[in-house]
Amino acid sequence: MSTSMGTSMNTSADGVVNDVMIEADGLTKSYGKPGSGVRVLDGVGLRVARGGIHALLGPNGAGKTTTVRILATLTTADSGTARVAGYDVVADRRRVRRAISLTGQFAAVDETLTGEENLRMMARLSGLTRTRARARAEELLARFDLTDAARRQARTYSGGMRRRLDLAAGLVGSPEPGVFFLDEPTTGLDPRSRRELWQVVRDLAGRGATVLLTTQYLEEADQLADRITVLDKGVRAAEGTPEELKSRVSGHRLDLVLSSREAYLRLAGRAVHHSPETLTLGLPTDGTAAHVRALLDETDPHRTDVDRFSLHSATLDDVFLALTTEKTEAPTHV
Amino acid sequence: MSDAPGLLTHATVMTGRSLLISRRNIDAVITSMMLPIMLMLIFVYFFGGAIDTGTQYDSYVMYVVPGVLFLCAGFGSATTAVAVSEDMKGGIIDRFRTLDIGGMPILAGHVAASTVRNLVSTTLVFAVALLIGFRPAATPAGWLAVAAVLLAYIVALSWISAAIGLLARTPEAAGGFTFFMSFLPYPSSAFVPVDSMPGWLHGFADHQPVTPAIESLRGLLLDQPVGNAPWTALTWAAGILLVAVALSGVLFRVRTR
Repeated sequence: MSTSMGTSMNTSADGVVNDVMIEADGLTKSYGKPGSGVRVLDGVGLRVARGGIHALLGPNGAGKTTTVRILATLTTADSGTARVAGYDVVADRRRVRRAISLTGQFAAVDETLTGEENLRMMARLSGLTRTRARARAEELLARFDLTDAARRQARTYSGGMRRRLDLAAGLVGSPEPGVFFLDEPTTGLDPRSRRELWQVVRDLAGRGATVLLTTQYLEEADQLADRITVLDKGVRAAEGTPEELKSRVSGHRLDLVLSSREAYLRLAGRAVHHSPETLTLGLPTDGTAAHVRALLDETDPHRTDVDRFSLHSATLDDVFLALTTEKTEAPTHV
Repeated sequence: MSDAPGLLTHATVMTGRSLLISRRNIDAVITSMMLPIMLMLIFVYFFGGAIDTGTQYDSYVMYVVPGVLFLCAGFGSATTAVAVSEDMKGGIIDRFRTLDIGGMPILAGHVAASTVRNLVSTTLVFAVALLIGFRPAATPAGWLAVAAVLLAYIVALSWISAAIGLLARTPEAAGGFTFFMSFLPYPSSAFVPVDSMPGWLHGFADHQPVTPAIESLRGLLLDQPVGNAPWTALTWAAGILLVAVALSGVLFRVRTR
């Protein structure tokens, strides 16, 4: 069955240019009154290739959920364009809806229905006959390791089981491999359930699905995504592979205590960490002696500007903080 | 076959869903069914003896049953508001929308399920009424008209409940909202003749949507002349339904923007 659906997917996606399954340009969105409203998105763009896992990383209020809701046709952008599976999210809303599945922050299943009933209902709503809906539900319950819990009401499920049921429900009527939007799929899960869900997402991508997920955790983006867009206050703060982002604010940080304010200001633009009171700047480095030496020579050719230095190994959260705060300190757009 | 299913399929599946949820919340359903029966018993046995309904009624039970049937429809329909509000609270509406299901089939499913629940509770009320001495004398055409008026009001009130469910921010608020709807039968001829109320209430009691419904139910069940009452009642129901459907369409779009 999934084979025949997969074929229809390929034909419907003929309009995809360069195999880009998700593309967005200049998305803006404000809530509230025009003029005085809160701008939650300010020109966000991104591209996700077929089969890719792309993470939208950012703190609360960065605009992650709004971006996903626009791409999933649940809300419309004030300006900008977006195409999913080759279809415009406004003009071709219906086709987009048939190509995607969405798992939101709140589990979108009926708590009082059993896992099996939830899946059968979703399958019926997607246009499957009763018999095929039953078969599809069984297949997905097995795939998401829920067969034993199939006849229990969803409200008795653990957080991890609920997310898996939610994912299965999003998948039930969509052609595979499709496009998945996962909005904070692991928020509120314990570490073990989180790891299990990561595996589920990897399996999806392994079957050729295109995944856009949002997360507040750099570790999660690092584990799952092949590209990361860092969002902060509705603006794209950085984008790249996890390796690129990590090298930008590398695994280590070289903190330089500078001798003068002039030196501080001259180097401030390259720093990921600023402490004007102590005239300290932190620069990304890979922590090797060669790089630290080169960095010192490069930033202080006359050997007068740097008083002292120290080396810190940056945590992943440091990287994230650096990427999201540099925007506020250096307002030039990336 | 996996082409987009029609509105009818969506509405049918949604009705099945609502009924299944009702079955799982059977205690709430039973409560909404017991209330009208309790009220009927209270009115008949506690208050009935003191209420003078005129000489054309053998006993108070003959007078009050149509009012209780209506009250039952009100209580039964009100549960729709809570169900709709519960849906809006969770993420399930987003899921339905990404399946390209519009607001109308979702709400229609709730209203259809409400109608089924109401048919069960109305039958129950009738059964208890017969047990405590209600003796209808309706003609076959009268029975049909009774069914039509009750059905029209059940659908109209359920749909107005759905709109209230969209308007309320929480299921609790939705439940509270509909409470006032259940009070409409009191300032009407449901339990006492309008003549016995203070003069300033007559205008409202005579012209509110519940009165023609009660008058037709009572007249038809007891085979008394009803005049235009059934038509007035059906017109009211159609009007309420039209407004409720239009309003809930707008509210659904606003809530899901």
